[in-house]
Amino acid sequence: MLLKNDRISEIIDGKRVIVKKPELLAPAGNLEKLKIAVHYGADAVFIGGQEYSLRANADNFTIEEIREGVEFANRYGAKVYVTANIYAHNENIPGLDDYLRALEDAGVCGIIVADPLIIETARRVAPKLEVHLSTQQSLTNWKAVQFWKEEGLERVVLAREVGAEEIRQIKEKVDIEIEAFIHGAMCSAYSGRCVLSNHMTARDSNRGGCCQSCRWDYDLYQLSDGREIPLFEKGDAPFAMSAKDLNLIRAIPVMIELGVDSLKIEGRMKSIHYVATVVSVYRKVIDAYCADPDHFTIREEWVRELEKCANRETAPSFFDGFPDYTNHMYGTHSRKTTHEFAGLVLGYDPETGIATVQQRNHFRPGDEVEFFGPEIENFTQVIEKIWDEDGNELDAARHPLQIVKFKVKRPLFPYNMMRKEN
Amino acid sequence: MKKPELLVTPTSVAHIDELAEAGADAVIIGEQRYGLRLAGEFSRHDVAAAVKAAHRRGMNVYVAMNAIFHNDKVDELGDYVAFLADVGADAIVFGDPAVLLTVRETAPHMKLHWSTETTATNWYACNYWGRKGAKRAVLARELNMDAILEIKAHAEVEIEVQVHGAMCMYQSKRSLIGSYFEYQGKVMEVERKKYEKGMFLYDKERDNKYPIFEDENGTHIMSPNDVCMIDELGDMVEAGIDSFKIDGILHEPRYITDVTKLYRRAIDLCADDRERYEREKEELLAAVEALQPPHRRIDTGFFFKETIY
Repeated sequence: MLLKNDRISEIIDGKRVIVKKPELLAPAGNLEKLKIAVHYGADAVFIGGQEYSLRANADNFTIEEIREGVEFANRYGAKVYVTANIYAHNENIPGLDDYLRALEDAGVCGIIVADPLIIETARRVAPKLEVHLSTQQSLTNWKAVQFWKEEGLERVVLAREVGAEEIRQIKEKVDIEIEAFIHGAMCSAYSGRCVLSNHMTARDSNRGGCCQSCRWDYDLYQLSDGREIPLFEKGDAPFAMSAKDLNLIRAIPVMIELGVDSLKIEGRMKSIHYVATVVSVYRKVIDAYCADPDHFTIREEWVRELEKCANRETAPSFFDGFPDYTNHMYGTHSRKTTHEFAGLVLGYDPETGIATVQQRNHFRPGDEVEFFGPEIENFTQVIEKIWDEDGNELDAARHPLQIVKFKVKRPLFPYNMMRKEN
Repeated sequence: MKKPELLVTPTSVAHIDELAEAGADAVIIGEQRYGLRLAGEFSRHDVAAAVKAAHRRGMNVYVAMNAIFHNDKVDELGDYVAFLADVGADAIVFGDPAVLLTVRETAPHMKLHWSTETTATNWYACNYWGRKGAKRAVLARELNMDAILEIKAHAEVEIEVQVHGAMCMYQSKRSLIGSYFEYQGKVMEVERKKYEKGMFLYDKERDNKYPIFEDENGTHIMSPNDVCMIDELGDMVEAGIDSFKIDGILHEPRYITDVTKLYRRAIDLCADDRERYEREKEELLAAVEALQPPHRRIDTGFFFKETIY
């Protein structure tokens, strides 16, 4: 399955090296998440504005926050894309011109869109914005990709139903940037072709109102001569549309050799702990593979690290072939994560070895915690005395966002995170 | 007043004559290899016969190529398009731009109807696909009446609206029924049963039953009720909506024929003698209600519903 791709690699000092590294693209539901994603190694982030974006329930960014996010990202050499991937209704047309101009003016690199209305309006009023086709278009074949290339799009996000072999064919036939999902929650329907929320709750799924009706329980029956026959036994888990989350960590080498241009992590609604964990793991995998692809192996600690923030089981979905029943969630809706986010490091005093930490969940002396971050190797330690900012000793850090201090056994850096096992 | 076309879904070649008799102006047919959620399965041989039968009765034939295609089928699209041009189909219904490019290459004079089920939600998008070659846009079912009329007012393409029948709520490429049987350990039943008819999902919370079926295009889940606008056609006829579709999927041929007759009368009255339509429309509605199978109620879908997001 892993075919070496000459177009992305070179021999340097006798060793093959991937010179065309894919972009690691991370979700950012708000400014804090954006900063974390970029700091933890994302090459680009995608965010939602106040309008035209598909996560009506996410915090979403004002234009001023977008501007600040772009400035922050640019300092790291990272790009910001804004999702504007609703299927607009007539009533959404007024205001679109101004919104797209404001995004261009804020320095956004590109927009992720599905509706031709937004594609053409962006071309007309904000020509500096790159236009990427959203997965909402459910793009599944090379010829459809060809169509959108001819329409002048810089990049397409493929449908979640497209597998590795299909990506290879698309890359061979059409010269356009390809973005593909590597991690996160999955629509089990073809994206853009599901209106369960509209029918069940009068919320428009294709304008951001999706209430995840596919995650609910249903019972399967068959109507036969007017009788309703249950197709389940007593005690069987109910029917499920719900898909396990995607996790392609072991397939990253294949993705890279396929020449996929951007590897996308899903999850604008997820926490900074999730974003930091997932981004840092994939950063390490991509860097390690590209530096020495011929001697690369997946380290099990990376796989375990991803488990620490997962709240659903994971599966490869369509990547390696047609997904069987093990790709679906029967009888469970989610599971408790193994670890929880406990604190965000604000500072570290090398003289005293004392860290300043913003509390994100309850912890107390005697708790074993783990630190991680882009500058450090993960380490665990037991917390001893905890003080508040004024030096008063505390029996626990129990107030959300409280600033506390305690000794740590190795140096820490701002934005490092502390988690603890559940 | 201009009458909208009455477009219906035959279940077989033989059914076409009955539908012509019932007053249909056009039919949509096809096979699941290329088309989505059809009332009947029409092989190439059937399509050729259907075109002949329909044209003899002065009806148009539209052939569905509105599946979401993966690479494996792209290379055979041209052959099917050429076949459809050859037998004289009046239009191809598409959603995937791969079909649009194939038609440009293979049969540039073939008419195209843009139909993606859920994404034709604004007039700009309809006209966009018009500029790319579509002659008609089939509107998303999730639009309300005001939005439909506004789209028609701005449209540079023909506008088709589904006025009757089941709507698709969800399409997955996954084999959800088969997977459920596999999960239950009923491996023997997977191949035998997953394509059977009459299955539905029961939603306890809403006390709704959603028809569900699997085919070559994946798993499809349909609306719990049939939309029925037979007594609310006035504004759309006045606005000049070009085509009214009755989708007969999940229904018996006899039902489709009988409903077609009622809509024929409704459209004729509405266009020719509006006062009489207003007097008789309640009766027409009652006549549809009388035809409904016990497990399928009718409603007005999204025509009068506000959707938030």
